[in-house]
Amino acid sequence: MWALFLNRISIMIRKFLTYFTFPIIFVWLLVVSYNSSKRKPDSVMELLTDPSWLYDWPKWLDIPLMKWINDGFKVFNEKYGIYFEVINDFLLGAILSLKKFLIVLPWPVVIALVVAIVFFSSGRKVGTTVFVGICTFFIGFLHPKFWDKAIETTSIMIIGILICIVIGIPLGIAMARNNKLRNAILPVLDLMQTIPSFCYLIPGIMLFGLGAVPAIIATVIYAVPPLVRLTDLGITLVDTEVIEAAEAFGASKRQKLLGVQLPLALPNIMQGINQCTMMALAMVVIASMIGTRGLGDEVLLGLQQLNVGKATEAGLAIVLLAIVLDRITQAYGKKIQDRNQPPK
Amino acid sequence: MSKIEINNIYKIFGPNPQQVMPMVKDGASKEQVMEDTGHTVGLYNVSLSIEEGEIFVCMGLSGSGKSTLIRHINRLIDPTAGEVLVNNVDVCTLDEKEILEFRKKTMSMVFQRFGLFPHKTIIENVAYGLEIQEVPEDQRREIAQGQISAVGLDGFEHQYPAQLSGGMQQRVGLARALATDPEILLMDEAFSALDPLIRSEMQNQLVDLQAKLKKTIVFITHDLDESLKLGDHIGILNGGRLVQVGRPEDIILNPADDYVKAFVKDVNRSKVLRAKTIMTKLDKFDKSSTKPSSTYKYDEDTFIEDLVPKVLKDRSTIEVVDKKGTTKGYITSDELSVALTKTH
Repeated sequence: MWALFLNRISIMIRKFLTYFTFPIIFVWLLVVSYNSSKRKPDSVMELLTDPSWLYDWPKWLDIPLMKWINDGFKVFNEKYGIYFEVINDFLLGAILSLKKFLIVLPWPVVIALVVAIVFFSSGRKVGTTVFVGICTFFIGFLHPKFWDKAIETTSIMIIGILICIVIGIPLGIAMARNNKLRNAILPVLDLMQTIPSFCYLIPGIMLFGLGAVPAIIATVIYAVPPLVRLTDLGITLVDTEVIEAAEAFGASKRQKLLGVQLPLALPNIMQGINQCTMMALAMVVIASMIGTRGLGDEVLLGLQQLNVGKATEAGLAIVLLAIVLDRITQAYGKKIQDRNQPPK
Repeated sequence: MSKIEINNIYKIFGPNPQQVMPMVKDGASKEQVMEDTGHTVGLYNVSLSIEEGEIFVCMGLSGSGKSTLIRHINRLIDPTAGEVLVNNVDVCTLDEKEILEFRKKTMSMVFQRFGLFPHKTIIENVAYGLEIQEVPEDQRREIAQGQISAVGLDGFEHQYPAQLSGGMQQRVGLARALATDPEILLMDEAFSALDPLIRSEMQNQLVDLQAKLKKTIVFITHDLDESLKLGDHIGILNGGRLVQVGRPEDIILNPADDYVKAFVKDVNRSKVLRAKTIMTKLDKFDKSSTKPSSTYKYDEDTFIEDLVPKVLKDRSTIEVVDKKGTTKGYITSDELSVALTKTH
């Protein structure tokens, strides 16, 4: 009986705390605001009818985030700058060698390669393949200069997307497995998607200098959230009965993940990679402002010279590149989905 | 010793089940617990034992806790209190590794919505349990092929589950469960999603298979006719409590409470009751009233639906005999009319 009674009391106290903690803090803030306010009302009547003592945000109610970040960043840069140089060298090397490889290839070979990739990843769909081939051809056809620029942009993007995959998919898997981790990471993803890109472009320059590497970092920050979200979603959406079936046969966590969850989440993950690619392309123009070369560079030049034609032409080339990359990633996801749910 | 023994299982769903436990043990009602603490009582003090080689049917309406109960046996769900003994080992004390081993070796499960892997072909689905056990490829193909033939699905090995009808999919589910040759088969509303004709066909197939294999089967259903047809013993759950356990005849003739009565009301008794249950025993029967010319011999396990026409037509007396042909008792129209009268 006593145990039951204590139990009830503790449940009541917990309820009380959840409902009243924040109102109490709020009232306390009001009282402190009143005390620190310059315009103190003369009577209680005035206090209630004239809220002018609450018009201004109290000066002391201010978190010194700016100072913390500036100090922290400075120390961080001094202490760990060397590591960033290593990352910088590595990424730059990767981009340069990829670019060199793609540029050395004769352009018909590149088109043939793209066509071959689309043909096999889409499950031998002729329509899609021809369409993508024409789009690829048109990038160079728009302006001969665009071919090399497009290859430059593509190599930056490929590296960026590879980094996104390496970070995004494991993070998505971890989130799907652990609710606490998900609750911790979701606001970070929100932040990454809403914060203006210049807020991390500038510190990126300070850490890595101008050029392709901060552009890749910015691309990753901007493009990784949809991949993480869709990986998480894809794994969470796998039919619980199918998961239970795997468990009932004694599948370990690893067997369950590799044999059931990942394959079934693959259409969603591919959609994530597709979104990731599109967002990375959107970043290309912005990244050109910190000195990244490529198609974005052409758009920026056109704008600076008030050359509408040039800007539009370059913009079109970006759209074409987007279509090519979109079809490649999309087609593969669709192929897997068709196999899982064949048309009735 | 029983194959499976469940002792005083409680299951409470919610964030803090252990804290709510004393309240539930003190006999607080389900609604009261929900209101006071926001926890749901899934199972309340359930104890039962299941013998080797029998089909135990666990019956109840949705929300009665039957699916929760079956998942305690292979510990897809952990109990809040109580123990589950399988082959005399308490399942709840096994560690992570042992539980996986236990699930692989001892039991397998069939699901309501089949729980097939949509990305695997039929033969890969059937071989899944063996794949988890790391049986060599050619060996598991051979076993899977045998099971596919046993359920009559030859020729569909390389189709995907979505290409098959519901009944065929559930046969794949059954074949997959049998492929690991488990001691115990757990069937969670296995036939509920099928249409009546297919369902009846599957029930017959299960009865035939069971006659050969002699597994211990725990079968869950909300359909009384199904449970009477399949079950050697039936346990009836209501709101997480086990209301009655018994042979089909016991349930029909002596329903424990109004809930069971309501279930039993519309059952076709002649399909459930057997001659030996309703006969008047040899020593109590007044033989002088019968005409020897109109006596028929019937086996004691005959369902009375087969006797009714005989008795009705020539007012004859049925002589009930056992397997060796010894007379055990008699049935006349008096016994029949008593047995077929509904209790209200």
